Amino acid sequence: MTDTRLTSANASTEVPLKRRLRRAERTRQVKALALVAPLLVFLLFTFAGPIAGMLWRAVDDREVRQVLPQTVAALANWDGKDLPDEKAYAALASDILAARAAGTVAIAAKRLNYALNGFRTILTSTARNLKAMPEPGTAKETLGKINPAWRERTTWTTIKNAGGPVTGFYLLAALDLTRNADGAIVAAPPDQAIYRDIFARTFLISLGVTALCLILGFPVAYLLATLPPGRSNLLMIFVLLPFWTSLLVRTCAWIVLLQSKGVVNDSLHWLGIIDEPLRLIYNRFGVCVAMTHVLLPFMILPLYSSMKAISPAYMRAAASLGAPPLTAFLRIYLPQTLPGVGAGSLLVFILALGYYITPALVGGAADQMISYFIALYTTETANWGLASALGAVLLLATVLLALVYGKLVQGQQVTGGMKN
Amino acid sequence: MSDNSLRAPSQRIAWTTTIVVSTLVFIFLIAPILAIMPLSFSSGSYLTYPLPGFSLRWYDDFINSPRWMNSLKNSMIIGVASTLLSMVLGTLAALGLAQWKSRFKPLVLAFVLSPVVVPGVITAVGLYFFFAPIGLTGSYLGLILAHTALATPFVVITVGATLQSFDTNLARAAASLGASPLQAFRRVILPLILPGLASGALFAFATSFDEVVIVLFMAGPEQRTLPREMFSGIRENISPTITAAAVILTTVSVILLATLEGLRRRNERLKGGSG
Repeated sequence: MTDTRLTSANASTEVPLKRRLRRAERTRQVKALALVAPLLVFLLFTFAGPIAGMLWRAVDDREVRQVLPQTVAALANWDGKDLPDEKAYAALASDILAARAAGTVAIAAKRLNYALNGFRTILTSTARNLKAMPEPGTAKETLGKINPAWRERTTWTTIKNAGGPVTGFYLLAALDLTRNADGAIVAAPPDQAIYRDIFARTFLISLGVTALCLILGFPVAYLLATLPPGRSNLLMIFVLLPFWTSLLVRTCAWIVLLQSKGVVNDSLHWLGIIDEPLRLIYNRFGVCVAMTHVLLPFMILPLYSSMKAISPAYMRAAASLGAPPLTAFLRIYLPQTLPGVGAGSLLVFILALGYYITPALVGGAADQMISYFIALYTTETANWGLASALGAVLLLATVLLALVYGKLVQGQQVTGGMKN
Repeated sequence: MSDNSLRAPSQRIAWTTTIVVSTLVFIFLIAPILAIMPLSFSSGSYLTYPLPGFSLRWYDDFINSPRWMNSLKNSMIIGVASTLLSMVLGTLAALGLAQWKSRFKPLVLAFVLSPVVVPGVITAVGLYFFFAPIGLTGSYLGLILAHTALATPFVVITVGATLQSFDTNLARAAASLGASPLQAFRRVILPLILPGLASGALFAFATSFDEVVIVLFMAGPEQRTLPREMFSGIRENISPTITAAAVILTTVSVILLATLEGLRRRNERLKGGSG
């Protein structure tokens, strides 16, 4: 009897308590989210937004549409098989006259020239020589007389394809592809098909630097992980000091060391090993050496932390079971370092892919990586569509590799390779 | 190799090889940085050894050059401002993330940390397009905002790691003894996570102080920072003034590293003392 009453009393108070707890937990969660919110909003404005904007620019194609609106509209229903009709010619003549008055011919000319080399001349010469609106019915003849290119189908398909508002043109160009007059995707002309080579070069340099970092970093990480803490902490300074030294200082140091009258060449000459100075910088060798120097700590630190976690008991057990040292190392120790090797290699590779400053300063023209071209097209030639498209490809590669990295270090410390 | 007695000769050879290779790698890592330091004290204008004589003329040159001094000032202004801003945003976010339980948490964390992984050029190009129409290129504010975005992940990581080892019962104890949340934070939580905050601040400052890609895209002639000035110096012609600038930058790095190491040791000592 008493028991039942107690239970029922409990049951009646239990529900509100549960609800109260749940409510308290919910408030806590909302408060927690409110603490994170300022950073999320901030990053939306200073990071995610700008990058989304860049990705948008890779497909944005409104320049021709804005400068030649009537032409783009007139071409919308054109099948692209023969030359467009008189209406399209009249629209173009009217657009060109308006654009000349507004001073916007160059904007469309620049965009169309990306798609068809020489289009700049076609458009500017037409704008210069078209005195007035042609008589009705004579636009086709007039324009054809000013520049015979207007009698070619490709001239018109180029305008139609650049009519926007979105385009795959830049993304295709970033992969050395283009659309032909019939709209099929084909290989880009050889003088424009340079980006696959640049991506391959970027990939190869990154791979080489990663391999060098692994070869050089493994013994160091092993030494640091095996030595007693006092001594390894001291030696760690040799890794951390370069890590904390400015990238510019380290790049500058390599130029001083490797230039033709630099420390290395002078020493080799003094030792009588060489007569003529070796070319050690402004080439692939210089880029690889300087990048390996900059990225080596990013390899050593994750390797070190994975090796530190390996208990020496395993090796002793292997030895006591009769395994020769080499076998024990290869079969017991090495497999346990693999997560660290993977994390370090991926991290170095990801960072190397996006390198700009070091190759720009110590590389020659043939050693520039993809970031250099993104920067070049953004600030020098202002081909923002192509810069954004190349950026989109690089970003995609980076994000995919970062996801793999994330999976790899999930079990380990989240901050494995970061700056601590 | 203190506790492992070296049995086989092959093992001894392997160990010796490890030491030799490691020593060479240590030299590779440290020698370039050490090699340019003496050049900044050279009395000659060529960056070659042997030095013709000792002088401080390149430091004199640095101090008396409005360009270099302005760049040092800019680096300090942008570094300190973005450190303060990233400390506020990063610490709040780390406190929130420590309490937040959701299946979206890894996603949010990945987003918050992503500025570290995304190539600098991509962030710079995006910011260049985004900030130019609203007048934030060629301004201190634009650079401070951009550097804050890059530096905050390090604050979130460092402060987050400190909070993980923080005993939340202490905050509860403070609350049960009648402390208001703000009092509990100021008197109990803050002193305990202060070393973590300081490390975060150092990382944030170092990130901004070393950053050059975004500055290349966004800074006007008035906002050029020290690394930016070094970049154009290296491009144009390397005068020994650059090595003086390099020594100054390296000194800042060493101070940051030493402070961080001190904080780490203090933290370890405290942990050792309490356990």
